[in-house]
Amino acid sequence: MSISPEEVLKIANLARLQIKQDEVEQYATDLSSIINLVEQMNAVDTKDILPMAHPLDATQRLREDKVTEENQRDKFQAIAPSAEKGLYLVPKVIE
Amino acid sequence: MYELSVSQLVDGLRNGEFSSVELTQCFVDRMQKYSDLNAFITELGERAILQANNADKLIKENNHGLLTGVPIANKDIFCMYGVKTSCGSRMLDSFIAPYDATVVEKLDQAGCVTIGRTNMDEFAMGSSNESSYYGPVKNPWNMDCVPGGSSGGSAAAVAARIAPLATGTDTGGSIRQPAALCGVTGLKPTYGRVSRYGLIAYASSLDQGGPFGKSAEDCAYMLQAMAGFDEKDSTSIDQAVPDYTQSLNESVKGKRIGIPEEYFSEGLSANVKSVIENAIKWYEQQGCEIKSISLPNTKLAIPAYYVIAPAECSSNLSRLDGVRYGYRCEDPKDLRDLYDRSRSEAFGDEVKRRIMIGTYVLSAGYYDAYYLKAQQIRRLISEDFKKAFEQVDVILGPTSPEPAFKIGEKTADPVTMYLSDIYTISINLAGLPAMSVPCGFTSDKQGDLPVGMQLIGNYFEEDKLLNFAHQYQLDTDWHKKSPPGFNE
Repeated sequence: MSISPEEVLKIANLARLQIKQDEVEQYATDLSSIINLVEQMNAVDTKDILPMAHPLDATQRLREDKVTEENQRDKFQAIAPSAEKGLYLVPKVIE
Repeated sequence: MYELSVSQLVDGLRNGEFSSVELTQCFVDRMQKYSDLNAFITELGERAILQANNADKLIKENNHGLLTGVPIANKDIFCMYGVKTSCGSRMLDSFIAPYDATVVEKLDQAGCVTIGRTNMDEFAMGSSNESSYYGPVKNPWNMDCVPGGSSGGSAAAVAARIAPLATGTDTGGSIRQPAALCGVTGLKPTYGRVSRYGLIAYASSLDQGGPFGKSAEDCAYMLQAMAGFDEKDSTSIDQAVPDYTQSLNESVKGKRIGIPEEYFSEGLSANVKSVIENAIKWYEQQGCEIKSISLPNTKLAIPAYYVIAPAECSSNLSRLDGVRYGYRCEDPKDLRDLYDRSRSEAFGDEVKRRIMIGTYVLSAGYYDAYYLKAQQIRRLISEDFKKAFEQVDVILGPTSPEPAFKIGEKTADPVTMYLSDIYTISINLAGLPAMSVPCGFTSDKQGDLPVGMQLIGNYFEEDKLLNFAHQYQLDTDWHKKSPPGFNE
């Protein structure tokens, strides 16, 4: 299967990426060749095979529902591109 | 001093033959002298000397840990408190980690001195180190060649004797393939053996940290310090860590080694093949039983990997949006523009390709055809290994189908690059431990380049792999060869 330039733009939109107009063609070629590689999987019948999510089939550990983390807001916001009064700043969303 | 083994370094420090400050200075000098390799993103010389001073105090007080005073290099993917942790990306070029990864904390506790942060493929996506925002690392054996990837800086640093030990991470071969291409020893542990907390995630169900060293014995020391259960990593396995140096000296006589026929078919360079065959002969001479085995689903590993890894990376990298940390574009006109441009300007091409493949295979209507199918194939691959380990103790084959290739040779077509990991990827899908061990050289147009053999073990049998490798290294000197031009 191949991925068209229109699909590249659709995927880029979902992924929050901007692809320059003159690069769309190249992405379409590259993504198509990766998908063709991936589709070699179709040669195998996997009916009734249980999907494997964890190599050791381990399950999620559960813990008691109590607060274990300390508040490190100041430390984390010190590395933010833009923060003020404990809030992350972004361009205005609602006029 | 820079050719000494880790056990010699530890003894020398404790016996007062040299101080950690002297030792650290020696490696820091080499790091600066050989900066042409581009193996480091951040040099931490001054900080390292302070750490070394402290280590010397601890040694004097007889209060040392396993590796107190031993210099190491740390891959720029492990968060280190107060230090830039870039993951090879423009996205995190300004990111100063606000906490330590568990691996960093454990190596600190063991007493290691960190001389610098090593270069890597952007977000660990690559097999040649060429996708790094900071430019490619060069292979110390031939400066026109790649060191492999993604942990190329770590492998090159150990090969050039700039650090006796280095950390790496391996999602599809990122420790073993560069170890092979640079002629050093590298180990990818069982999934869940080494904590992933603070290791910047690429594909969470495959990522695993591990050591690089000149020898298996050196790797045993570093793995000892890195391994263990961690509450902060939800996929960490709660199982006791054995003493990895204890089993090194066991005899391999009578042990069974499986040779997978699929690892010796088309695509394997004839030169590499003959070097690996010599290594097999060595084990045969030691009284090992050599058995031909089959891993029939090997050819499906790369296709399945390029669904699972991109799918997980597209989710993991969605957090990088220019809001809380990392790169933010100039003058965003609205929130959407901030997301789109921050990500587009800060991610390189390979990262964008993988995010897009991941987004595509996870998008509505495609989940069953791609992601679920890949996870089913993952099961088949893991069953192949399960069957094999009913008959053999370890599996032996090449790490990489060819030695180091030229910088730029494979960048035009991403799929050609992906095939570099043909023998390493299935091990990550199955979650098994494996290592690469130097076992000879090819000699062709690129000059003499190192070859690595891959030893694959059953779950949590890192000790067995280290034992097999150590016995080989007691009788051979491939791991002692260092690249010419780095011996002054």
